[in-house]
Amino acid sequence: MNGVFDLGGTDGLGPVRTDPDEPVFRAEWEKAAFAMFATCFRAGFFNVDQFRHGIEKMDPAEYLLSNYYEHWTHTVEHYAERAGAIDPSELEKRTRYYLENPDAPLPERSDPELLAFVDGAIKAGAPATRESDKIARFAVGDTVTVATDSPEGHTRRARYIRGRTGVITGAHGTFIYPDTAGNGLGDCPEHVYTVKFTATELWGDGTGDPNAVVYFDVWEPYLTPASPEGA
Amino acid sequence: MAEPTDTPLRSQEEIAARVKALEALLIEKGVMTTEAVDRMAEVYENEVGPQLGAQVVARAWTDPEFRARLLENATAACAEMGIGGLQGEDMIVVENTDTVHNAIVCTLCSCYPWPVLGLPPNWYKAPAYRARIVREPRKVLAEDFGFPIPDDVEIRIWDSSAELRYWVLPQRPAGTEDLGAFELAALVTRDSMIGVGPVKAAGA
Repeated sequence: MNGVFDLGGTDGLGPVRTDPDEPVFRAEWEKAAFAMFATCFRAGFFNVDQFRHGIEKMDPAEYLLSNYYEHWTHTVEHYAERAGAIDPSELEKRTRYYLENPDAPLPERSDPELLAFVDGAIKAGAPATRESDKIARFAVGDTVTVATDSPEGHTRRARYIRGRTGVITGAHGTFIYPDTAGNGLGDCPEHVYTVKFTATELWGDGTGDPNAVVYFDVWEPYLTPASPEGA
Repeated sequence: MAEPTDTPLRSQEEIAARVKALEALLIEKGVMTTEAVDRMAEVYENEVGPQLGAQVVARAWTDPEFRARLLENATAACAEMGIGGLQGEDMIVVENTDTVHNAIVCTLCSCYPWPVLGLPPNWYKAPAYRARIVREPRKVLAEDFGFPIPDDVEIRIWDSSAELRYWVLPQRPAGTEDLGAFELAALVTRDSMIGVGPVKAAGA
């Protein structure tokens, strides 16, 4: 989908503002929001691509005016409701309760298996590589152009690379394909490549920074062979 | 002055209540526990952070064979040091030289190599950096980070748009020939491994 989350090249957003003293979590609620990703993933509410797509479907104005862990909370709510695990009216009721009683305790529950899962996931990760017998259509050194189509649903073909031509600098084997997995259509592994684009190709002569390039990772279906010069 | 995305829609109190309500319902459903929240927070506050990436960089500076392995397969090289895991399943290290400067971003969300850098700072996840570092990297590095890159040095921006997680091997600072890996690691900053800041100078 074409949305505001696809930020590469957007103008007018002001300066980057850093805070050297920023803690890892700025509030207790950020810790809970962070832990919801791994625990709800375990519960089967979403895969990582669906998790991202839940954020992409936020109200665009709200997306820009809320922070990262609010985004996470939004997608968790979306999928927990869809899974039938939470009732939106009950969530509203509880929210009012905790707003009036911010120090009221949370329900008590212990789950050693969940703790073991969390420890294991942090250490082992969740690889997105998937075996496939698909033959790679492209190789390092090939000149390619990114498809210009605007698919609905989840995709990682950012708008700023669509229609742009670059050179493949890395071929990484087959990974889960977000354009299917993120839309609930299965892993359908595809080859992943790194493509190098010059700043001039992306932003135009005189606008792109001199002596700068952007590397962007794409799945094979995003690519077409570049037309020969002058074709 | 308020910048374009500065005005929050909800107060911290409202957000905290909403998240607590969601957490309560998920606990009752058997999906999460406060123990799991505490464990994950503890790990990323105290165990997994940029000090791990700094150890890898310091070793690469002092051990040429390790450096070669790191650039060939960062995931495997980090695993030699017991470093790896969630959001670093397939890592790629890109090396700064006298003629090349690298920096990382995720323009579509906020992908970041957690096992070596910890969780990303808020500016990395906020719209301005994600929008601008691919469009005007020289200006962002010079003006927003106070870290100008000479015109004759090529800037390479790595947009982590798939599941590969990039990070930067900065150059070893001058005057550190006598330092060991432990002292060198103390010079390696998080920002130098993102590519938006320098390593510390020797003796600083």
